[in-house]
Amino acid sequence: MAKREVDEISGVEDTGHEWDGIKELDNPLPRWWLYVMYACIVWAIGYWIVMPAWPTLNGYTKGVFAYSERAKTDADVANGQAARAPMFKKLMATPIEQVNANADLRNFAIEAGRATFNDNCSTCHGAGGQGAAGYPSLADNVWLWDGSFAGIEQTINYGIRSGHDQARLSQMPSYGKDALLNAEQINDLTDYVMTLSKMPGADAGKAARGAQLFAENCVSCHGASGTGDPLQGAPNLTDKEYLYGNSREAIHGQIYNGNGGVMPTWEAKLSPETVKSLVVYVHSLGGGK
Amino acid sequence: MNLIKNHGIFEKNSWILGLGIVGAVIWGGLVQIAPLFFIESTIEKVDGVRPYTPLELIGRNVYVREGCYTCHSQMVRSLRDEVERYGHYSLAAESMYDRPFQWGSKRTGPDLARVGGKYSDGWQVQHLTNPRSVVPESVMPPYEFLKGKVIDAKYIADDLKANKLLGVPYTDKDIANAQADVAAQAAAPDTDGADLNSRYGGKVNVRDFDGNAKEVTEMDALVAYLQVLGTMVDFKTYEPKKAENLR
Repeated sequence: MAKREVDEISGVEDTGHEWDGIKELDNPLPRWWLYVMYACIVWAIGYWIVMPAWPTLNGYTKGVFAYSERAKTDADVANGQAARAPMFKKLMATPIEQVNANADLRNFAIEAGRATFNDNCSTCHGAGGQGAAGYPSLADNVWLWDGSFAGIEQTINYGIRSGHDQARLSQMPSYGKDALLNAEQINDLTDYVMTLSKMPGADAGKAARGAQLFAENCVSCHGASGTGDPLQGAPNLTDKEYLYGNSREAIHGQIYNGNGGVMPTWEAKLSPETVKSLVVYVHSLGGGK
Repeated sequence: MNLIKNHGIFEKNSWILGLGIVGAVIWGGLVQIAPLFFIESTIEKVDGVRPYTPLELIGRNVYVREGCYTCHSQMVRSLRDEVERYGHYSLAAESMYDRPFQWGSKRTGPDLARVGGKYSDGWQVQHLTNPRSVVPESVMPPYEFLKGKVIDAKYIADDLKANKLLGVPYTDKDIANAQADVAAQAAAPDTDGADLNSRYGGKVNVRDFDGNAKEVTEMDALVAYLQVLGTMVDFKTYEPKKAENLR
């Protein structure tokens, strides 16, 4: 055991250890530090008593406060809902066609709808509803399905080809994949569809043959003049808006494959209030009918 | 105060210090971890949670293999903003058949605990193929190669067996039919999902997930797994305010 000595200058005892002539003073812990530690111990004991803390054989001590994070979250969510409730109540009481007439209500619905849209819809339809290949733009006045308030609401609630009983359904045949038409016929048809929207580069001769094929295969959904039918979800082919791209390749690809996207059903995930605000928002994006 | 005065014993004898550390860790473990295995209220009693189907389990293995958990958590915390964004906070029961759980804590991407049914299969496939084609600001790497990895489900029955050993209630029939279940759930040619649905329930998604009906690929499996996340619990029968469900 090394010998402990008292340091002449500070009057403090050293630890008795020596490393190459260097010694270490054995100062006590600072008082403030020590008291903070004791306070923490006292705090911990208090915490055990008031908060859920110790496991028992068939549960755990609930504490005097019976604090529950889940109960607090439920209360927080309820508070948030209560704060929004007056406006949502007003929204639900107002026929949706009249929401836009009331500036306060319109602002509320659009902001509520925007928040929901950004969380749930923008992944496919884009942050401003601009859409992408295969995902319709919601920011223009071209609608595959019904672009009215009620129509948008139905699409959001039940989806498209979502598997829900009331989902919107349409099926473009896969003329190439299922060998309904041969390669030459699909080429002819592609050129004809290009002429419908006056896309440059269409071959007049092929298009003339394609017109006959169009009349035989396509008119029942897209209409004799190709203007489409929103009731069947058949797009208008005479405008320049193409869901899968406005190029010869994209049109050919769609006739060949007959793609049809899926929009999920939101009925079970979003409340009727949220859906209504979302409808107002989507309707406001560009071309609500 | 004898112990405080004699702490020198621990400081001067490395063996005693070592034993002291082991003792402290054992005590901490006994108090914090062990009770969770025995307290009945740890896992909520809910309706609807079932073991993963073999195809979903393969998808989960892909999820783990590709390290999805390093950027995506699978736990909606019980906080207001999380609940409003993602839906009901995650329950312990929702990951009771996860070996191991994928809760995670890193959110470079969004939480995936309730992603099931939120987007279409087509979107999931396109997003996994080329994330930036649908989410321009995404930093997620592409996983297009999964489309080309045809699943050889020869060993999935062993995986089910291992899970069963760990307490996941797979039946012998589930294990015997595991390989057939994989093909059936992905709607491979000449299969139907009736047998699968009879054992795992009618809510199981049976369809061609990746848009390639001819083969069952890892893309099928991963999308099947993603589409079931957070959709099992029947929240209509769950009572969050019941004392035993509070934490």
